[in-house]
Amino acid sequence: MAETIQLEVTRYSPERDASPGVQTFDVPCRKEWVVLDALNYIKDSLDGSLAYRWSCRMGICGSCGMMVNGEPKLTCATFLASYAPGPVRVEPLQYFPVVRDLVIEMSDFMRKLKGVKPWIIRPEEKPLAEGEYLQTPEQLDAYKQYSMCINCVLCYAACPVYGLDPLFAGPAAIALAQRYNLDSRDQGASERMDILSQHEGVWGCTFVGECTKVCPKNVDPAGAIQRYKLAAAKEWFKSLLMPWGTK
Amino acid sequence: MAKRLMEPFLWSAFSAGGVVAAYLIPVHLFLFGLAFPLGWVPSPSPEALHALARHPLARIYLFVLCSLPLFHWAHRFRYTLYDGLQVKHLNEVITAFCYGGAVLGTIAAGYLLWNFR
Amino acid sequence: MPNEAGSTPSYTEFHPRWYRKRVSTYWWLWNWSYMKFVLREISSVFVAWFVVVTLVQIRCLREGSVAYAQWQAWMRSPLLLALNAVSLLFVVLHTVTWFNLTPRAMDLRVGGKRVPGLLIAGANYLAWAVVSAIVVRIILGG
Repeated sequence: MAETIQLEVTRYSPERDASPGVQTFDVPCRKEWVVLDALNYIKDSLDGSLAYRWSCRMGICGSCGMMVNGEPKLTCATFLASYAPGPVRVEPLQYFPVVRDLVIEMSDFMRKLKGVKPWIIRPEEKPLAEGEYLQTPEQLDAYKQYSMCINCVLCYAACPVYGLDPLFAGPAAIALAQRYNLDSRDQGASERMDILSQHEGVWGCTFVGECTKVCPKNVDPAGAIQRYKLAAAKEWFKSLLMPWGTK
Repeated sequence: MAKRLMEPFLWSAFSAGGVVAAYLIPVHLFLFGLAFPLGWVPSPSPEALHALARHPLARIYLFVLCSLPLFHWAHRFRYTLYDGLQVKHLNEVITAFCYGGAVLGTIAAGYLLWNFR
Repeated sequence: MPNEAGSTPSYTEFHPRWYRKRVSTYWWLWNWSYMKFVLREISSVFVAWFVVVTLVQIRCLREGSVAYAQWQAWMRSPLLLALNAVSLLFVVLHTVTWFNLTPRAMDLRVGGKRVPGLLIAGANYLAWAVVSAIVVRIILGG
């Protein structure tokens, strides 16, 4: 195995640069290292000014998402040696504004996530004396997959529609809306439908399917969106043909 | 309540058209586009086909075959133009062209099949 | 922190200048996954082409044997044979991608367990074969 591997890392300092540039680093290529280890090595030993996000280093916090050789990846879950002999291109996540080096600005996603109301909505809570909301394993299974989302926004970096259309709600937001819509304890589906059925909410999705491919947690946001479209279409016909149904 | 959005309906038309296109178009295109012209399979005579197509059920079948896939095309092509060529600002023109085209095709199919003697 | 109006000047937060890269018109050219997606979407044009050909066919059939023979001659021209061959490829691409994606759009459960996507897609392919056979039978058998 080669001793070192070259990393081509995006550098961008808003005070200094008009647009991002690339800086190359030679990093030891250890068998058990992930790309995040290489970045930490760079920051510790080669260039302390490199800025990037990371936290748990075990694929659960969702902080370390970056483009590695053009694909959105969690750098803590991507082995360095699998890119030998290199070079390895490390860039900030696609389709998001770049704040500095490998750090992106995520507030657009945060806003859209909040917009789909990702919490249990009930017009009236059960009184405490009646105990907990019970849920069978089947009911849990109905939404469990979508609850695994770690908000890493790799799916947004993979989605060309999100890149082209700033109004599109995006895979994770819709998958999380579905997580609550399908939860048996939730009664807020119609409230979320009003938001998501906006022109760009869901309908911009053309089922490219890249979001599901890159998701590190197998959430399958593409599937969630298509199921949502089906539900919204059924609701549309129902309200047209049976307008007397109250909601 | 917000103004009724047409997107769910248009998506449903796209889906229905997609199913019809997926199931029926390959065999039709294979027969009439390749097998008969190239002589791989002897083509039925125009008289036989005419007799076949006259049947009311056949005419309904042909109407569905011609109409729904056009709505499938309309919806998909509209988004291809938005995303592929990034011409979202020509929104109204594209919408009119796509769905208008599908409606025109549907009217043509209806006209041709209505009095098919 | 922002202060009340009319008080001492407040500190204006430094806002970093974000870099936004414009998405290229050729975003789909450099990525094979994106390219596969665009090819799938373009299949809809060939679907529309089939409808055009069929409408012309119906019109010629209505007008009698002579008109129909002219249509058949047109279909035999090299240009149309090539076009229809390409169309067939794209239309089959549509069918295959449609059947493969259908299971993802639905959550079919039998007895609490999710029906595997392969089964749903397989059922579609089977139905496709059966329907195609029936169509051939009707058109040829008469």
